[in-house]
Amino acid sequence: MIEIQNISKSFEGKAVIHNISDVFEKGKTNLIIGASGTGKSVLLKCIVGLIHPDTGTVFYDGRNFTDADKEMKAEIRREIGMLFQGGALFDSKSVEQNVMFPLNILTKMSPAEKIDRVNFCLKRVGLENVNSKMPSEISGGMKKRVGIARAIVNNPNYLFCDEPNSGLDPQTSILIDELIKEITDEFGITTVVVTHDMNSVMGIGEKILFLFQGRKLWEGTKEEIFHSGVEELDNFVFTNKVMQSLKKK
Amino acid sequence: MKGFGRYMIFLGSLFVRRESLGTYYTLVLEECIIVGVKSIFLFALVSTFVGAVTTVQTAYNLVSPLVPKYIISNVVREMTILELAPTIMALIFAGKVGSSMSGNLGTMRITEQIDALEVMGINSASYLVLPKVIASILMYPMLVILSGVCALVGGFLVGTVTGIISPTDYIYGLRFSFNEYTVTFALIKSLVFGLLISSISCFKGYYTKGGAFEVGVASTAAVTTSVMAVLIADYLLAQLLL
Repeated sequence: MIEIQNISKSFEGKAVIHNISDVFEKGKTNLIIGASGTGKSVLLKCIVGLIHPDTGTVFYDGRNFTDADKEMKAEIRREIGMLFQGGALFDSKSVEQNVMFPLNILTKMSPAEKIDRVNFCLKRVGLENVNSKMPSEISGGMKKRVGIARAIVNNPNYLFCDEPNSGLDPQTSILIDELIKEITDEFGITTVVVTHDMNSVMGIGEKILFLFQGRKLWEGTKEEIFHSGVEELDNFVFTNKVMQSLKKK
Repeated sequence: MKGFGRYMIFLGSLFVRRESLGTYYTLVLEECIIVGVKSIFLFALVSTFVGAVTTVQTAYNLVSPLVPKYIISNVVREMTILELAPTIMALIFAGKVGSSMSGNLGTMRITEQIDALEVMGINSASYLVLPKVIASILMYPMLVILSGVCALVGGFLVGTVTGIISPTDYIYGLRFSFNEYTVTFALIKSLVFGLLISSISCFKGYYTKGGAFEVGVASTAAVTTSVMAVLIADYLLAQLLL
C-alpha cells in the first residue's frame, strides 16, 4: 500500500500539484487520470522520488519515503518497478541485457538464474526470441513490453506506469493494459498507472483518482465514474461520442 | 558561481552510494575502450601532422647560419612535450570524447533512461559518470604519450625526407639539454585535463533539460566550457609547476 499525504509541488513559483492525499491499495490497479498538463506525471514522479515535493509525505507500507535518508530511499526503490512513457530502455544494451540489468545490479543471482528469470519475464509479457535485438530494432509496443519485463524482473512490490499506452495503436494498448492488470493480480503488487486514455480507465481502473489543474477533484471506481456529479470529470470522460452513448445508457 | 557550486556538488555525488567495485571494473574497461582505444587513430593522425608542421615552420624561422640545425628538433621536442601533446590534444579530446559523453548523457536524460536508473535505486551519476571520469584520467595521459611520440616521429619523417635536417641532427636535437621534468609536467597536465574534460562534459550532459535541440546545446557547451577550463588550468599549472 502506498499512502500520499498533502503532496504539493511548484516550479518557478507556479503550483503544479496542490495538496493531494490518497491511498493506493495493494493488489489493485490504481489510476491517476486527467487531461494533459494537470500534473499527473509530476505527482507520479513525486511518489517515486524523482521529484522532491515541496510539502507532503509518501509512505510505502508505512515507511516514510520522502524524508528517508539516501540509503533507505535506495532500499525502497529497489522494491519499485517502473514503466516509463517512452520505455526508457538503455540504447546501448540488447533486450536481454535491459531486462537483466536490475538483476545484475541488485541481486547476486548466478548467470543461469538470471537468464531463466529474464526468459520467464519476457515470456510473461509475450516476447520470445527477441533477446539479442537492440531497442532500436523493435516496435513501440514491444519496447513497452520489454519495459514491463524489466520493471517486474526483480519481483517489485510496487509497479508504476507512466502513460503506458501513449503512442500505441488501440489493439496494442489493450494488450498492454491487460498485461498490467494480469501482472498486478498475479503478483499482488500495488500498481499505479498514469493515463488519460479512457479505454484504460474502463478496462483496468479499479481505483481512479481524477486530477484537474493539479488538484484532486474526485476518486472512485470505474463504475462510479459515470455518476460522479463532477462537471470537470464529466467533461474529461465524455469527450467522445462512444463515451457519450455509454452515459445515455 | 552557482554553476560552479552545482558542478562541485555533482563531483561529490559521484562518490556516494556507489555500486560494487566489480560493476565499476567492467564499466571502466568499457569506457577505456571508448575513450582511449577508439581515439588512438585520430590522436596519432593529428599529432603526426602537428609534429611535421611544427618542424617545417621552426626550420622556416631558423634561417641563420649561426643557429645549428639540431635546434629545430630541440624546439619541436619542447613544444611537443610542454604544449602540443597535452594541451592541443586536450582540445581534440574535448571535441571528440567530451561532446560524445555529453550527448550520450543528454540523450539518456531526455529519454528518461537516467530516471529509470534512479527508480531502480542506483546512483545514476556515480554509475554513469564515474567510469567515464576514471577512464579519461587513465587513458588521456596514455594518449598524450602517444601524441608526443607521433609528433616527434612526424617531425623526423618530414624533416629528414625533405632535407630540412639530417637524421643525426634531429636525434641529437631531441636529446640535447633534455629536462625529464617536462615529461612529468606534461603528464600532470594530462591528468588534470582528463579530469576536467570528462567531468565538465558529463556535468553538462547529465543536467540536460528539454529535447534533441538541448542535447546539441549541451554538447556544444560541454566542449566550449571544457576548452576554457583546460586553458585556464594550463596557465595555472604552468605558473605553479614550472
